[in-house]
Amino acid sequence: MTTTLSRATFTGLRCKECGHPYPASALHVCEDVCFGPLEVVYDYEAIRARVSRASIEAGPSSIWRYREFLPIEGDPIDVGTGFTPLVRANRLARRLGLKHLYIKNDGVNMPTLSFKDRVVSVALTRARELGFTTVSCASTGNLANSTAAIAAHAGLECCVFIPSDLELGKVLGTLIYNPTLMAVKGNYDQVNRLCSEVANTYGWGFVNINLRPYYSEGSKTLGYEVIEQLGWQLPDHIVAPLASGSLFTKIRKGFDDFIKVGLVEEKSVRFSGAQAEGCSPIAQAFAAGRDFITPVKPNTIAKSIAIGNPADGPYALDLARRSGGTISSVTDEEIVAGIQLLAETEGVFTETAGGTTIAVLKKLAEQGTIDPEETTVAYITGNGLKTLEAISGVVGQPHTIEPQLASFNAAWERAQSLQRASWEPMGV
Amino acid sequence: MSIQVLIPTPLQKFTADQSSVDLEAGTVEEMLQALDVHFPGILARLTDDNGKLRRFLNVYVNSEDIRFLDHQATVLSDGDEVSIVPAVAGG
Repeated sequence: MTTTLSRATFTGLRCKECGHPYPASALHVCEDVCFGPLEVVYDYEAIRARVSRASIEAGPSSIWRYREFLPIEGDPIDVGTGFTPLVRANRLARRLGLKHLYIKNDGVNMPTLSFKDRVVSVALTRARELGFTTVSCASTGNLANSTAAIAAHAGLECCVFIPSDLELGKVLGTLIYNPTLMAVKGNYDQVNRLCSEVANTYGWGFVNINLRPYYSEGSKTLGYEVIEQLGWQLPDHIVAPLASGSLFTKIRKGFDDFIKVGLVEEKSVRFSGAQAEGCSPIAQAFAAGRDFITPVKPNTIAKSIAIGNPADGPYALDLARRSGGTISSVTDEEIVAGIQLLAETEGVFTETAGGTTIAVLKKLAEQGTIDPEETTVAYITGNGLKTLEAISGVVGQPHTIEPQLASFNAAWERAQSLQRASWEPMGV
Repeated sequence: MSIQVLIPTPLQKFTADQSSVDLEAGTVEEMLQALDVHFPGILARLTDDNGKLRRFLNVYVNSEDIRFLDHQATVLSDGDEVSIVPAVAGG
């Protein structure tokens, strides 16, 4: 087996449900026993012996500063992914009545402006190691952008699948890298089902299917970075969007990894999840006290998180409950208001998934679910320039004027009176 | 009722590498039982000790998830296509 190569710190795969072991190949479900998801097994003693706060701080400004915690053997595909800003959000915090709020801004991740660049950098590095020459994915948009871009960089053939109703930015933002793009007439869950069947017959590396155990590990870096950027401390509370539920649980695994090897002191962290009301199977299960997920058919503007049959939903549900967090949903109108609120208070323009997160953050702050004293981190996972459709019509129009001072003067006066009319005393 | 069942790669070791099999079954439950008659041992992979489909498996009848239909009691018609798909992540 190839995993004996020098720098690898992982030893194989194992079923997350029943523990059955598998080799570190392109497998994603426990096919010998229970069909549970497979996860990577690490040699934590080896990792502990190799890393320190100083060795990490001396590493590259990308996710590969944490390479000992990631399931690759040789040189990574490094396109500068990761190490995105953790912004102290004082103006948003004041608006919400919180004191210690941070925004983890993956809307400026490289190369395609979403957190998916993390998972794809890991998945394609591993795909290359496993000998795949064609890579693929089923995507709600961001994953398609990222897979196509990083495949182009790595010189891999690429064929990606999306639902046919995606936002223009997501479609063009994939096509520009010249993959084969399949726009499937159906929702994401139908796309995923089709891709499972394609994966059965074509020998491709599907980042979210047969490469999933490696792919999903990339999200752990969102946990590592927040610890490092908070000065090697854990936050008290995190709020993140929930689609398949994978990101949410991997942030926790990132925290656990650093605790396990002694890089950070253990303490409890509350995990709260955000869903759009039009696709909220995990929030519904949380509210009903169920430990299983009933799938739904998505109907929301938050397309990037519109997964009606979330594979890691049961794990996300369990994490929110045992950490003392919650899972909440918001309407499409609240999502758009969330996008505007983050932009107006912090200068961060996020897409609908981020709007969902901010809207849920606001709701939890207003309900008192978030203690104002808690160090809270809201994860912003994508960029607003990709979903302009969501905000066109609600952000107003430019003042079109003649190139003359008089025209400007008149327009300025109009603008001032408009602003006075909409002025709210709560502004910060 | 004659139906076609699409078998995912991990289960094709039971079906002599066939990716689809034709069966007679009137419901999804009957289909599961019929599969096991043809390919002994496959049922234990698909269902837990209580006979319920494992929670990380999805079953679709003509592209519709049976959790939107009648679960294992979902009635099948002649010519239906049933596909068995392990859950996947993504987004």
